[in-house]
Amino acid sequence: MEIQALLMDEKDNVVTCVKAVKAGEEVFYRKGEDYLSVKAEEDIPFCHKIALTDLEKGDEVLKYGELIGKTTCSVKKGHWVSHENIYSVPRDYESEFVKEEA
Amino acid sequence: MQFWGYKRKEGRAGLRNHVLILPACACGSESARVVASQVRGAVNIVFNTGCSDVAANTAMSQKVLTGFACNPNVYGVVIIGLGCETVPHKELREKIQSMTSKPVVSFGIQEEGGTLRTIEKAVRAARDMAAEAAMQQKELCDISELLLGIECGGSDATSGIASNPAVGELSDLLVDLGASTMMSESIEWIGAEHIVARRGATPKIHNQIIQMCKDYEEHLKAAGQDCRAGQPTPGNKAGGLSTLDEKSLGCIRKGGTRPIVEVLEQGERPTKTGAVVMDTAGYDISSVTSMVAGGCNAVIFTTGRGTPTGNAIVPVIKVTANASTYQKMEDNMDVDLSGIIKGTSTIKESGEELLKFVHDICNGKMTKAEAYGFSDIAVDHVCKFV
Repeated sequence: MEIQALLMDEKDNVVTCVKAVKAGEEVFYRKGEDYLSVKAEEDIPFCHKIALTDLEKGDEVLKYGELIGKTTCSVKKGHWVSHENIYSVPRDYESEFVKEEA
Repeated sequence: MQFWGYKRKEGRAGLRNHVLILPACACGSESARVVASQVRGAVNIVFNTGCSDVAANTAMSQKVLTGFACNPNVYGVVIIGLGCETVPHKELREKIQSMTSKPVVSFGIQEEGGTLRTIEKAVRAARDMAAEAAMQQKELCDISELLLGIECGGSDATSGIASNPAVGELSDLLVDLGASTMMSESIEWIGAEHIVARRGATPKIHNQIIQMCKDYEEHLKAAGQDCRAGQPTPGNKAGGLSTLDEKSLGCIRKGGTRPIVEVLEQGERPTKTGAVVMDTAGYDISSVTSMVAGGCNAVIFTTGRGTPTGNAIVPVIKVTANASTYQKMEDNMDVDLSGIIKGTSTIKESGEELLKFVHDICNGKMTKAEAYGFSDIAVDHVCKFV
C-alpha cells in the first residue's frame, strides 16, 4: 500500500510527508503493521510535518519520540508544523549533567 | 555471523590487506603516490601536515599517521619522510613498531639523495611486502572483529527520516551480533546532545558526552565562532527541519539506540566492544579520517545529495534514500534506500538489507569508491600552521 508520510516513533504527534501533499488529501502512514491516515488541511511540502492531533499553544511537538520544539500558536490536526509555528526550547549544558557515583 | 578476513597478531582482523605507503609529512606525499602507483596491492594517502605546527597539531597528525599504520586493513607500511619533518620518519617508524608487529620500513628523501632514489628503494620494499601480503590467506573471523564507522555527509531532507534511521537499525543489529560501531561528528549532536548522553552506559559516559559538546562549542567561541548561528539554516527550514533539535535528532539516529560504552578522542582506539562514540568534526572527510585512525575497518556513509568520497584504507559504503540522487549518482552510490521514502520498504527492513551488504563488504566485495581507488583525507587542526 502506498504511503505519503513516515511516523518516526509511536509516541510522535507529527508525521513527515515523503511526497508533497495537497489540501484535502488523505495522508497514509505506517504504525507498526497498521496503516493509519490523517487528512491534510493545507498543502504540505515534501519532508515537512503534519500534526496528528490538535496542538494548543505551548504544546510539545514530538518526532523520533523526542521533543523537537513547542508550538507558538495552536496548530490543528492535519495542519502544517514548521519553523513558523514551533520553537526550540532553550537548554543549558549545566542542567544536562547527571550525578556520578562517588 | 562470520566473515572471511585477515587475522592480525594484535587487535581486530582486516577486511583488506593493503600495503600502506605513508608520508611522514606533506613533503613525502608525492613520492608516496608514485610508489603506490608502481606496486599492485599498495595504497597511498596524501598528507598535508607534519611540519610547522604547534604541539597540539603535531599530536593530531601523529595520531592519524600511527592510527592509519595500525589499522587492521593494513598488512605493512612503507614510510616516506623528508628528513626535517617535525617527527622524523625513523621516530615515527619506531613509534609504529612499538604499537604493532606488522612490517614497517621508512626512507628519508634528503638521506637517500632525492625523489628518484627514494622512490626506487621504497618501490622495492613495497613490492616485497605486497608479495608477502598476497600469500596471507583469509580466515573465518567472527563479526565481533568488525568496527564500523558511521558517517553522514551531503545530507538532505531524506537523511534524517530514512537513511540515518536505517543505518541506526544496522548499528543495533551489529551491536546485538557482537560487533562494534562508532558514531562521530560530536559538533552535530549539539541540539540533541542530551539524547546521545542518555544512551551512555554509565553516568560518567553520560557526562563525558555533554562535556564533549560543551567543550566543542567553547573551543569555537574562543576563536570567535558560533556554531549555533543560523542553525537550522534557511535551506534546512525549507527542507522541513524546523529546529536545531529536529536536525540533530535526524543526525544522531544513525548511531542507533544501543548503550554507548566508550567515549573517544579523535583517532583514539576503542578498548570496549559495542557502540562507541568519537569526538570529531562534522566535516565528513575529517571525521572518517579520525575514525579510520581509531581502527574502524569499514565505514558506512549516508548521503542525500550524493558524494564520491572514499578512503584508501577502508571501504566507505555510501547509501542514500533519495531516489533521484541514487539514479543520478549511481556510479558513486552503493545502496539505494529510497524504498523507505516510496513506502516499499520499512526502516527495519532496510537495516536488515544493509547488514547483508556490510557482510558482503566484509567478505571482500568492493565499494564503488574502492574500485576507483579513492583516497580522501583531512587531518583536523587545532589552530593555524606556524
